[in-house]
Amino acid sequence: MSFEEKCTWIGTIVSTLILGIYFYYIVGQLQRLPVAEIAYQWPMIMTIGAMIVASIVGTILVSIGTAVSAKINGSGPLKEIDRKDERDININRQGELAGYYTLSAGILGVIALAMLRFDQFWIANALYLALIVGGLVALVAKLIAYRRGF
Amino acid sequence: MGRPMRVINKIRSLRFAADEMTQAELADRVKVTRQTIIAIEQGRYSPSLEMAFQIAKVFRVPLDEVFQYPDEDA
Repeated sequence: MSFEEKCTWIGTIVSTLILGIYFYYIVGQLQRLPVAEIAYQWPMIMTIGAMIVASIVGTILVSIGTAVSAKINGSGPLKEIDRKDERDININRQGELAGYYTLSAGILGVIALAMLRFDQFWIANALYLALIVGGLVALVAKLIAYRRGF
Repeated sequence: MGRPMRVINKIRSLRFAADEMTQAELADRVKVTRQTIIAIEQGRYSPSLEMAFQIAKVFRVPLDEVFQYPDEDA
Protein backbone atom coordinates (compact mmCIF):
# COMPACT_ATOMS: atom_id res chain seq x y z
CA MET A 1 0.00 0.00 0.00
CA SER A 2 1.44 3.38 -1.01
CA PHE A 3 1.96 6.20 1.47
CA GLU A 4 -0.81 8.23 -0.20
CA GLU A 5 -3.25 5.32 0.09
CA LYS A 6 -2.42 4.88 3.78
CA CYS A 7 -3.10 8.59 4.37
CA THR A 8 -6.41 8.24 2.49
CA TRP A 9 -7.38 5.37 4.81
CA ILE A 10 -6.50 7.49 7.85
CA GLY A 11 -8.65 10.37 6.56
CA THR A 12 -11.58 8.04 5.88
CA ILE A 13 -11.44 6.41 9.30
CA VAL A 14 -11.04 9.74 11.14
CA SER A 15 -13.88 11.44 9.19
CA THR A 16 -16.26 8.50 9.70
CA LEU A 17 -15.53 8.30 13.43
CA ILE A 18 -15.91 12.03 14.02
CA LEU A 19 -19.04 12.30 11.88
CA GLY A 20 -20.50 9.38 13.85
CA ILE A 21 -19.62 10.88 17.24
CA TYR A 22 -21.02 14.33 16.37
CA PHE A 23 -24.30 13.12 14.91
CA TYR A 24 -24.76 10.57 17.72
CA TYR A 25 -24.54 13.51 20.14
CA ILE A 26 -26.85 15.73 18.05
CA VAL A 27 -29.51 13.05 17.54
CA GLY A 28 -29.45 12.41 21.32
CA GLN A 29 -30.01 16.13 21.96
CA LEU A 30 -32.79 16.28 19.34
CA GLN A 31 -34.77 13.67 21.26
CA ARG A 32 -34.61 15.71 24.48
CA LEU A 33 -34.57 19.40 23.57
CA PRO A 34 -36.26 21.80 21.16
CA VAL A 35 -33.98 22.63 18.19
CA ALA A 36 -33.43 26.24 19.28
CA GLU A 37 -31.99 25.10 22.64
CA ILE A 38 -29.45 22.61 21.30
CA ALA A 39 -25.91 23.84 21.88
CA TYR A 40 -24.39 22.44 18.71
CA GLN A 41 -21.81 25.20 18.15
CA TRP A 42 -19.00 24.02 20.42
CA PRO A 43 -19.36 20.31 19.59
CA MET A 44 -19.24 21.25 15.90
CA ILE A 45 -16.15 23.42 16.32
CA MET A 46 -14.49 20.77 18.49
CA THR A 47 -15.15 17.95 16.00
CA ILE A 48 -13.78 20.09 13.13
CA GLY A 49 -10.67 20.80 15.23
CA ALA A 50 -10.41 17.13 16.26
CA MET A 51 -10.64 16.06 12.63
CA ILE A 52 -7.77 18.36 11.62
CA VAL A 53 -5.59 17.30 14.56
CA ALA A 54 -6.39 13.57 14.13
CA SER A 55 -5.56 13.72 10.40
CA ILE A 56 -2.22 15.42 11.09
CA VAL A 57 -1.33 13.01 13.92
CA GLY A 58 -2.48 10.04 11.80
CA THR A 59 -0.29 11.14 8.89
CA ILE A 60 2.71 11.56 11.21
CA LEU A 61 2.12 8.09 12.70
CA VAL A 62 1.78 6.57 9.21
CA SER A 63 5.06 8.26 8.20
CA ILE A 64 6.85 6.90 11.26
CA GLY A 65 5.32 3.43 10.82
CA THR A 66 6.21 3.33 7.12
CA ALA A 67 9.78 4.50 7.83
CA VAL A 68 10.26 1.92 10.59
CA SER A 69 8.82 -0.91 8.48
CA ALA A 70 10.94 0.16 5.46
CA LYS A 71 14.05 0.13 7.67
CA ILE A 72 13.24 -3.31 9.10
CA ASN A 73 12.30 -4.86 5.74
CA GLY A 74 15.01 -2.98 3.84
CA SER A 75 12.42 -1.96 1.24
CA GLY A 76 14.18 1.01 -0.29
CA PRO A 77 15.68 4.34 0.74
CA LEU A 78 13.78 6.20 3.45
CA LYS A 79 13.59 9.38 1.39
CA GLU A 80 11.43 7.58 -1.16
CA ILE A 81 8.79 6.06 1.08
CA ASP A 82 6.45 9.02 0.69
CA ARG A 83 6.89 9.14 -3.07
CA LYS A 84 3.85 10.48 -4.91
CA ASP A 85 3.49 9.73 -8.61
CA GLU A 86 1.11 10.47 -11.49
CA ARG A 87 -1.24 7.64 -10.44
CA ASP A 88 -1.62 9.19 -6.97
CA ILE A 89 -2.26 12.60 -8.59
CA ASN A 90 -4.85 11.16 -11.02
CA ILE A 91 -6.61 9.23 -8.25
CA ASN A 92 -6.61 12.34 -6.05
CA ARG A 93 -8.08 14.42 -8.88
CA GLN A 94 -10.82 11.87 -9.60
CA GLY A 95 -11.71 11.51 -5.91
CA GLU A 96 -11.82 15.26 -5.32
CA LEU A 97 -14.15 15.65 -8.32
CA ALA A 98 -16.59 13.11 -6.84
CA GLY A 99 -16.38 14.97 -3.51
CA TYR A 100 -16.99 18.31 -5.24
CA TYR A 101 -20.20 17.04 -6.90
CA THR A 102 -21.44 15.67 -3.57
CA LEU A 103 -20.63 18.90 -1.75
CA SER A 104 -22.35 20.94 -4.50
CA ALA A 105 -25.52 18.84 -4.18
CA GLY A 106 -25.38 19.30 -0.40
CA ILE A 107 -24.97 23.06 -0.73
CA LEU A 108 -28.04 23.21 -3.00
CA GLY A 109 -29.94 21.46 -0.20
CA VAL A 110 -28.66 24.04 2.31
CA ILE A 111 -29.76 26.89 0.01
CA ALA A 112 -33.22 25.30 -0.13
CA LEU A 113 -33.32 25.12 3.69
CA ALA A 114 -32.34 28.80 3.93
CA MET A 115 -35.01 29.80 1.36
CA LEU A 116 -37.63 27.88 3.34
CA ARG A 117 -36.49 29.76 6.48
CA PHE A 118 -35.49 26.70 8.47
CA ASP A 119 -33.87 27.26 11.86
CA GLN A 120 -30.16 28.07 11.72
CA PHE A 121 -29.55 24.79 13.59
CA TRP A 122 -30.70 22.86 10.51
CA ILE A 123 -28.78 25.11 8.10
CA ALA A 124 -25.52 24.84 10.06
CA ASN A 125 -25.84 21.08 10.49
CA ALA A 126 -26.83 20.46 6.87
CA LEU A 127 -23.80 22.50 5.79
CA TYR A 128 -21.56 20.55 8.17
CA LEU A 129 -23.01 17.26 6.91
CA ALA A 130 -22.48 18.32 3.27
CA LEU A 131 -18.88 19.27 4.04
CA ILE A 132 -18.03 16.03 5.84
CA VAL A 133 -19.96 13.75 3.47
CA GLY A 134 -18.37 15.52 0.47
CA GLY A 135 -14.94 14.86 2.01
CA LEU A 136 -15.84 11.25 2.75
CA VAL A 137 -17.11 10.62 -0.78
CA ALA A 138 -13.81 12.00 -2.12
CA LEU A 139 -11.82 9.71 0.19
CA VAL A 140 -13.92 6.60 -0.57
CA ALA A 141 -13.73 7.31 -4.33
CA LYS A 142 -9.94 7.47 -4.00
CA LEU A 143 -9.83 4.18 -2.06
CA ILE A 144 -12.00 2.48 -4.71
CA ALA A 145 -9.68 3.81 -7.44
CA TYR A 146 -6.63 2.56 -5.52
CA ARG A 147 -8.17 -0.89 -5.02
CA ARG A 148 -9.98 -1.46 -8.33
CA GLY A 149 -8.03 0.78 -10.70
CA PHE A 150 -9.53 3.25 -13.11
CA MET B 1 -20.05 1.81 -29.90
CA GLY B 2 -17.97 -0.67 -27.91
CA ARG B 3 -16.02 0.10 -24.76
CA PRO B 4 -12.42 1.12 -25.53
CA MET B 5 -10.01 -1.72 -24.86
CA ARG B 6 -7.39 -1.36 -22.19
CA VAL B 7 -3.73 -1.11 -22.93
CA ILE B 8 -1.98 -4.40 -22.25
CA ASN B 9 1.69 -4.74 -21.38
CA LYS B 10 4.59 -7.17 -21.13
CA ILE B 11 6.34 -5.53 -18.19
CA ARG B 12 6.35 -8.72 -16.13
CA SER B 13 8.10 -10.78 -18.78
CA LEU B 14 10.48 -7.92 -19.61
CA ARG B 15 11.44 -7.69 -15.93
CA PHE B 16 12.27 -11.38 -15.82
CA ALA B 17 14.27 -11.07 -19.01
CA ALA B 18 16.21 -8.17 -17.46
CA ASP B 19 17.98 -10.22 -14.78
CA GLU B 20 14.75 -10.72 -12.85
CA MET B 21 14.43 -7.03 -12.09
CA THR B 22 12.11 -6.50 -9.13
CA GLN B 23 9.05 -4.26 -9.19
CA ALA B 24 10.78 -2.06 -6.60
CA GLU B 25 13.86 -1.66 -8.83
CA LEU B 26 11.72 -0.71 -11.83
CA ALA B 27 9.71 1.70 -9.67
CA ASP B 28 12.96 3.35 -8.52
CA ARG B 29 14.22 3.70 -12.08
CA VAL B 30 10.97 5.29 -13.26
CA LYS B 31 10.52 7.32 -10.03
CA VAL B 32 7.08 5.96 -9.23
CA THR B 33 5.73 3.85 -6.38
CA ARG B 34 5.96 0.05 -6.45
CA GLN B 35 2.17 0.01 -6.17
CA THR B 36 1.94 1.87 -9.49
CA ILE B 37 4.12 -0.74 -11.20
CA ILE B 38 1.91 -3.48 -9.69
CA ALA B 39 -1.24 -1.67 -10.88
CA ILE B 40 0.16 -1.31 -14.42
CA GLU B 41 1.23 -4.97 -14.57
CA GLN B 42 -2.22 -6.07 -13.41
CA GLY B 43 -3.94 -3.80 -15.96
CA ARG B 44 -5.52 -1.67 -13.25
CA TYR B 45 -3.78 1.51 -14.41
CA SER B 46 -2.86 2.80 -17.84
CA PRO B 47 0.23 5.00 -17.48
CA SER B 48 0.73 8.35 -19.16
CA LEU B 49 2.63 8.40 -22.44
CA GLU B 50 5.62 9.88 -20.62
CA MET B 51 5.72 7.11 -18.01
CA ALA B 52 5.22 4.49 -20.74
CA PHE B 53 8.28 5.85 -22.59
CA GLN B 54 10.30 5.88 -19.35
CA ILE B 55 9.44 2.21 -18.73
CA ALA B 56 10.40 1.28 -22.31
CA LYS B 57 13.66 3.20 -21.88
CA VAL B 58 14.54 1.18 -18.77
CA PHE B 59 14.23 -2.06 -20.78
CA ARG B 60 15.88 -0.46 -23.85
CA VAL B 61 13.09 -1.58 -26.15
CA PRO B 62 10.63 0.34 -28.35
CA LEU B 63 7.40 1.44 -26.70
CA ASP B 64 5.24 -1.07 -28.60
CA GLU B 65 7.29 -3.95 -27.24
CA VAL B 66 6.16 -2.99 -23.75
CA PHE B 67 2.63 -1.75 -24.38
CA GLN B 68 0.12 -2.96 -26.93
CA TYR B 69 -3.31 -1.74 -27.84
CA PRO B 70 -4.99 -4.78 -29.40
CA ASP B 71 -7.54 -4.48 -32.21
CA GLU B 72 -11.14 -4.99 -31.14
CA ASP B 73 -11.60 -8.03 -33.43
CA ALA B 74 -8.23 -9.54 -32.46
